[in-house]
Amino acid sequence: MSKRKECIAMLLAGGQGSRLGILTHNIAKPAVPYGGKYRIIDFPLSNCVNSGIDTVGVLTQYQPLALNEYIGNGQPWDLDRLDGGVHILSPYQQIKGSEWYKGTANAIYQNINFIDRYDPEYVAVLSGDHIYKMDYSEMLAFHKEKNADCTIAMMEVPWEEASRFGLMLVNDEGVITEFEEKPKNPRSNKASMGVYMFTWKKLRAYLIADEEKEGSSNDFGKDVIPAMHNAGERMFAYQFDGYWKDVGTIDSLWEANLDLLNPNVNIDLTDPSWRIYAKNSALPPHFVSADATVQNSLISGGCFVEGNIDYSVVFSNVTVEEGANVRYSIVMPGATIKKGATVQYAMIAEDAVIESGAVVGEDPEKIADLANWGVTVIGANVNIGENATVAAKAMIAEDVKGGDAK
Amino acid sequence: MRANNILGIIFANAYDNVLAGMTAPRAMGSVPFGGGYRLIDFTLSNMVNAGIDKVGVITSNNYQSLMDHLGNGKPWDLARKHDGLFFLPPFTAQELERYNTGRLGALQNNEQFLQMSDEEYVVMSDCNAVMNIDLKDVFRFHKEKNADITMVYRHGVVPKLPNRLIIDKISDGRVCEMSIVSNGEGEANCAVNITVMRKSLLESLLREATASGAASFERDVLLKNVSNLRVFGYECNEFCPIIDSIQTYFDASFALLEPANQKSLFAASRPIYTKVYDDMPVVYGLGSDVKNSLIADGCVIDGQVENSVIFHNCRIAKDAVVKNCIIMPNGFVADGANLDCCILDKDVTIRSGRTLSGADTYPVYLAKGIRV
Repeated sequence: MSKRKECIAMLLAGGQGSRLGILTHNIAKPAVPYGGKYRIIDFPLSNCVNSGIDTVGVLTQYQPLALNEYIGNGQPWDLDRLDGGVHILSPYQQIKGSEWYKGTANAIYQNINFIDRYDPEYVAVLSGDHIYKMDYSEMLAFHKEKNADCTIAMMEVPWEEASRFGLMLVNDEGVITEFEEKPKNPRSNKASMGVYMFTWKKLRAYLIADEEKEGSSNDFGKDVIPAMHNAGERMFAYQFDGYWKDVGTIDSLWEANLDLLNPNVNIDLTDPSWRIYAKNSALPPHFVSADATVQNSLISGGCFVEGNIDYSVVFSNVTVEEGANVRYSIVMPGATIKKGATVQYAMIAEDAVIESGAVVGEDPEKIADLANWGVTVIGANVNIGENATVAAKAMIAEDVKGGDAK
Repeated sequence: MRANNILGIIFANAYDNVLAGMTAPRAMGSVPFGGGYRLIDFTLSNMVNAGIDKVGVITSNNYQSLMDHLGNGKPWDLARKHDGLFFLPPFTAQELERYNTGRLGALQNNEQFLQMSDEEYVVMSDCNAVMNIDLKDVFRFHKEKNADITMVYRHGVVPKLPNRLIIDKISDGRVCEMSIVSNGEGEANCAVNITVMRKSLLESLLREATASGAASFERDVLLKNVSNLRVFGYECNEFCPIIDSIQTYFDASFALLEPANQKSLFAASRPIYTKVYDDMPVVYGLGSDVKNSLIADGCVIDGQVENSVIFHNCRIAKDAVVKNCIIMPNGFVADGANLDCCILDKDVTIRSGRTLSGADTYPVYLAKGIRV
């Protein structure tokens, strides 16, 4: 038996993130690079550590290789501990057979033994694909104060966007009275952030019941939460006021990166009291040449910049050659933008090469019908040939020959 | 099984006095260099990249910041169950005195460490030569030549340092004549103080030196044996400044703004490892203007930076102008401040509107923690 923990976290990191297209062909969504040197999963992991949670189970299923390698023994997040620490939990074979994680609730259900080892009072269930800085210990204090069975983190979203979210109707005491999943006419703008705090005894019972229930999709949002609600358990909404973004789509991932450059957006990664940790290798400082111009951007270690960068997030070891222009774009580690190439409103995945003179992406102001506009994505290791043009909204998984119009 | 059979020895305090200001709060090995490193990182990484997995770091004083930097050796992959990083501070008052004789005393103080190691070879190095050298190739050379001692040298300006070995005559790699100069001038084949030999040979040379009351490793051990032993010289053609003064420190830092030198020192196949901080990428504000500079993670740049090396976590405020400067970690240059040819040690703050300027032959040095 391990040492008893008051609260442990279970991090759902098994989703494919199919809406991210080629960015998640070979890696799970939580392993997608974000913010110049991070991966999405660094946010919930760092939040855990900064909140005093030192035991985290990471539930993986889809393409776990990169994620497993990235998390390793958890040392970058200070999660290599004598007791607890970070554990990768993949589906496994049992006496009664083996099965994949059928849903988010089933993933936790299959790891009841893992949780029981720590005999926790509370379990936080988190998503591995959100960008936010949140103190779970405050949420836990709220949960205890309300003597809740389940607390759901919630934030107020603009009314016009509310119908995209799972919404909650909350009374004055913070009790959740009703749920609405992406309603056409929202009656609330309080959206669930997919961050849950449970009293483990309760959750454990509901997970077992849910597993036995025929036809259940074994999902937290669709099955377990409604079941608890219908049974009249004490369910509370915990209001969060900071920055939070689900980076499930190409556009939202692109936006969330550029949000880091917007002084009006409340996500400060320089704050030493709430560091976001990441697995970093030692890289030389980046070099900006005498001919380069860099404006309003994030640039990471090991980069070599001779061209022009404006309003972009540039990851480690990227080369931007002379006369190349990078605007409103996200350039992931190891990519090369050659002489005179233009990259605009685009995401360039790891180690891709944009040959000289190529033009990737399109300025939305230059497109007549905005419905045809979108962020252009170049997949990992893809080569875009000399003087090739890649249109807005395109998603390129294979090399493009020089001069080709696409 | 071990990766190879070589023990690394690093003299972390060698030539402390030539960077008097910078080494007041630290050892030579922990002097910041190159925008993100400490001097010891280069030689330590060279060793690790050659597969060496046991390194003793000999230090005599001012080693707190060095200990803090090295920790358990994890960033260099030297936190091992077997072998790994050994920190070798002085043990007794008597030992402390012996460090005055430089490398010889330092080695004599650590004979027990040598004895307890079972590696066949030893490579010894100072920290003030900044380079990325393939030590594997040095060992290949050492074995191929059937050498007793291999010394790495480079052709260039003779460093103004005491007791430096100069290779006067070399034939097919074999050192025929050597001499010792102090505060030398002109150009020559200068040893960079990376020396390879069998551990058993080093031990017997040390015993001999103790018996004869020798006082200098260079003069009484290496130079004395140039004709008795097979001494070979391995020429290093990489970027390799030897820091012998604040001026060479200043010049070597700016030499790194040359892309060819960056490629040599930061060769992708042999990375330079260092303690990593969890800083965010550099934030370039609207209106920032950066030219020909190296900028490390964690900086926020809103002002103008030209021909400079900026370490991690510095802030250059709007309308501040920084030219030809080296700014070590956590520096803060407030709005309207104007710096030219300055070296700011760690944690220096320049308040708004202040102007400081040195000359490229006489940089202004601001000690750790100063507020102007």
